[in-house]
Amino acid sequence: MSSAGPASGCDAPPVGVDGILRERGQREVFCGLTGIIWLHRKIQDAFFLVVGSRTCAHLLQSAAGVMVFAEPRFGTAIIEEKDLAGLADANEELDRVVNRLLARRPDIKLLFLVGSCPSEVIKLDLSRAAQRLNGRFSPNVRVLNYSGSGIETTFTQGEDACLSALVPDLAFSDEKQLMIVGSLPDIVEDQLTRLLGDLGIGKIVSLPARLAGQMPGVGPNTKYLLAQPFLAETGTALDKRGAEHLPALFPFGAEGTTAWLHAAAQAFGVSEARFEQVIAGPRERARKGLALYREKLAGKRIFFMPDSQLEVPLARFLAGELGMELVEVGTPYLHKGHLIDELAALPPGTMISEGQDVDKQLDRVRAARPDLTVCGLGLANPLEKEGLSTKWAIELVFSPIHGYEQAGDLAELFARPLHRRDLLRV
Amino acid sequence: MQLTVWTYEGPPHVGAMRVATGMRDLHYVLHAPQGDTYADLLFTMIERRDHRPPVTYTTFQARDLGKDTAELFKKAARDAYDRFQPQAMIVGSSCTAELIQDDPHGLSLTMGLECPVIPLELPSYSRKENWGASETFYQIVRTLADKERRPPPAVAESGPRRPRANLLGPTALGFRHRDDVVEISRLLADLGIDVNLVAPMGASPADIVRIGEADFNICLYPEIAAQACSWLERTFRQKTVKTVPIGLNATREFVAEVCAVAGITVPADLDQGRMGWWSRSIDSTYLTGKRVFIFGDGTHAVAAARVASEELGFKVVGLGCYNREFAREVRAAAEKYGVEPLISDDYLAVEEAIEAAAPELVLGTQMERHIAKRLRLPCAVISAPVHVQDFPARHSPQMGFEGANVLFDTWVHPLVMGLEEHLLTMFREDFEFSDAAGPSHLGGHASSPLPSSREGLGEGSASETAAETATLAALAPSPDPSLAGRGEVEGWTAEALAELGKIPFFVRGKARRNTERYAAEHGVTTITRDTLYEAKSHYAR
Repeated sequence: MSSAGPASGCDAPPVGVDGILRERGQREVFCGLTGIIWLHRKIQDAFFLVVGSRTCAHLLQSAAGVMVFAEPRFGTAIIEEKDLAGLADANEELDRVVNRLLARRPDIKLLFLVGSCPSEVIKLDLSRAAQRLNGRFSPNVRVLNYSGSGIETTFTQGEDACLSALVPDLAFSDEKQLMIVGSLPDIVEDQLTRLLGDLGIGKIVSLPARLAGQMPGVGPNTKYLLAQPFLAETGTALDKRGAEHLPALFPFGAEGTTAWLHAAAQAFGVSEARFEQVIAGPRERARKGLALYREKLAGKRIFFMPDSQLEVPLARFLAGELGMELVEVGTPYLHKGHLIDELAALPPGTMISEGQDVDKQLDRVRAARPDLTVCGLGLANPLEKEGLSTKWAIELVFSPIHGYEQAGDLAELFARPLHRRDLLRV
Repeated sequence: MQLTVWTYEGPPHVGAMRVATGMRDLHYVLHAPQGDTYADLLFTMIERRDHRPPVTYTTFQARDLGKDTAELFKKAARDAYDRFQPQAMIVGSSCTAELIQDDPHGLSLTMGLECPVIPLELPSYSRKENWGASETFYQIVRTLADKERRPPPAVAESGPRRPRANLLGPTALGFRHRDDVVEISRLLADLGIDVNLVAPMGASPADIVRIGEADFNICLYPEIAAQACSWLERTFRQKTVKTVPIGLNATREFVAEVCAVAGITVPADLDQGRMGWWSRSIDSTYLTGKRVFIFGDGTHAVAAARVASEELGFKVVGLGCYNREFAREVRAAAEKYGVEPLISDDYLAVEEAIEAAAPELVLGTQMERHIAKRLRLPCAVISAPVHVQDFPARHSPQMGFEGANVLFDTWVHPLVMGLEEHLLTMFREDFEFSDAAGPSHLGGHASSPLPSSREGLGEGSASETAAETATLAALAPSPDPSLAGRGEVEGWTAEALAELGKIPFFVRGKARRNTERYAAEHGVTTITRDTLYEAKSHYAR
């Protein structure tokens, strides 16, 4: 697959000994603040207060689109010139903003102070601010902090930072339980929890929970499944609390979901017969749903630009279950530990790239002319204009795509742009 | 610190991007952290541009902090020059880079790039988007304009030549800038005036060099071009046409001013469009004295107030702007209409003022559209910031005589529909009018529910339409008329109903119909959760 790169030898991308291309240069990605947009929907009594600049507020507004008008539970404390003059002043200002906010929104039970590039660069200590505010508002409101800054986090890493800030705060629990880690649309979370329950796994909890007061406990008898591939820090934090990670494929497609459930089944001593009995029906439905798209997608060449870290599992699903050819699988960050099964399940020789130099990567896209390029909204229309079909990547983070019942929908997301291209006569 | 949920303007470097993206063969190297590239999607999605904005971001990360970032800047600038070969570059910092104090100007000077490099000082913590655009355009003009250039003699050997003007101010992401330029260029052509240069939109750095060859300047958007115009006035003795031609009377005044500056007489047979007659026709009588609240950028708000009061016979009950730079103009206009001026960038203050003024029509930005929806008031958009639907495919200027036609239609439509809504309510007990049918354009209910799960990132309008639909969508299933009479479907179990309720609202109706059809066709009498998913997989296409 490396032959897909540009022809000129001196421009050949630097592929490491592990066969993975690592690039540094201009990156066309969101920062971690964007995670707020789905996290605030998931945790229904939490408020996300970004401490940042007008750019941060403008980003959230642009990314959240119309949600901004629905009394969202997020906002930005915009740093002004006078805050830059002295840091003590900035702390007082922050307290004033939080006081006003909590007075206006007495329903808030969990407040996240979210760091940004400006607040990190001026070294405004949000963890101390959170401690101070906790002292004042406890026990009515819990105040936590994490950083969603672009200098530290890329897009979905914002969720990782948020969840890993939650972990030390979780109660201790010695109970034997399975924890699903990663925020999922409610319907998907319910489906997966139900299947795991049907397997006979007694206690199943989710991180994050839907309410601040219902966050699960954690302890040495907790085994956890990651529902999302971008939870490196959260995994580490859970390990520190004594919980045990169950390595598995991520639950995309029929095979991914089966492997994911199977990891839990094995860890909780569920018999193979029972496992087969529980999953047979839904798995069959997923396969049936996928069959419809296989003929449309098989043999089509796909290129992933880096965005969400979902790229590797999705590429595995598209290649393995739908027969697509992988030109390049770009990811902003590759956690080899959590992706060990995924990497093994990719077709041999798949070109994986970590990081980005966007202009060089676009050169590779143009040279390879894939049938479908998965990319961000800043690149999609320009590539379409060049005659390259695109699938904008953000939709993959916002749509229900995990589990058996969504397998067909997930395939459809990739088939739709190709179908539309064939349909249009304009 | 200022607590903000919604901002009318972006940071100043977004203003600089609007200038750069409007121009050709200019490249912007922006010292900015990873993530600031989000601004690209404003141009590629909202304005639907088919090229990437000509902006290279250094996208530094935490590990680069320290002296590394200066090197990173130099490499990005060098790579951008080599790749894009621009005629000129602008360089500057975003808010975070402003804090780490690398010096983009000094750094780029030492690199010896083979094109002019224009440094931008955009104070991110005190200024905003419009200011950034204005400053950027001014710096570009000041640096690139060839001060020796002058217009050719008014009378040459071949005879007198036509007067020529520069059209200044239109940028990328400007509210109707594309069509305003077309409209005003056409109007000038009808008057016998040539356009020397349109800038920034469509101009290259080489074009800016010959900006002095025009006889005079037309300042279309003072927010962006006033500063440059005033410099050109001083440097080239070019006069500035300051009337902004929004509305019928303002356009007439604009024509008069342009002709006076150009030294020509106003043609008697100028086509002045239909707006004047439309407004005088008896169908418009009911518009008289309608209470209107106006908010937007200073220029559009002041122009709208004049159109509303003089040309449509409305009563202006509120007037304001979000850009402090134009507070003086707005205060003067507010005094004329006897209302309290509202200079604020806090949408909550605007919402309070609207509620207090109790208008019958709101003219504003995207934000006022949402406030009006919440308050169930008719509304039209007159100013940025706007969503994707206000970058329309059709020709729809705000300026000139065609612009006046557009304004009439746009502002009156929600009112006509408002009347329709009123009648619907009056006669709602009549069998032909369903009480459930909400107004056709106001989104249905006073408080719209939150979008249900994760949709809505990026392109605003799709999810917005979905949200509007949602307010009308019944949560619980009701008998599908197409199934009536078949009689096989007895009903849904509570568990299946609950599951259905979790399906995103915009596909819930389809899911319900498919499931019931599936049940009817397969002789299933009780719809369980499994039936729901069996049907989903059966019909998946």
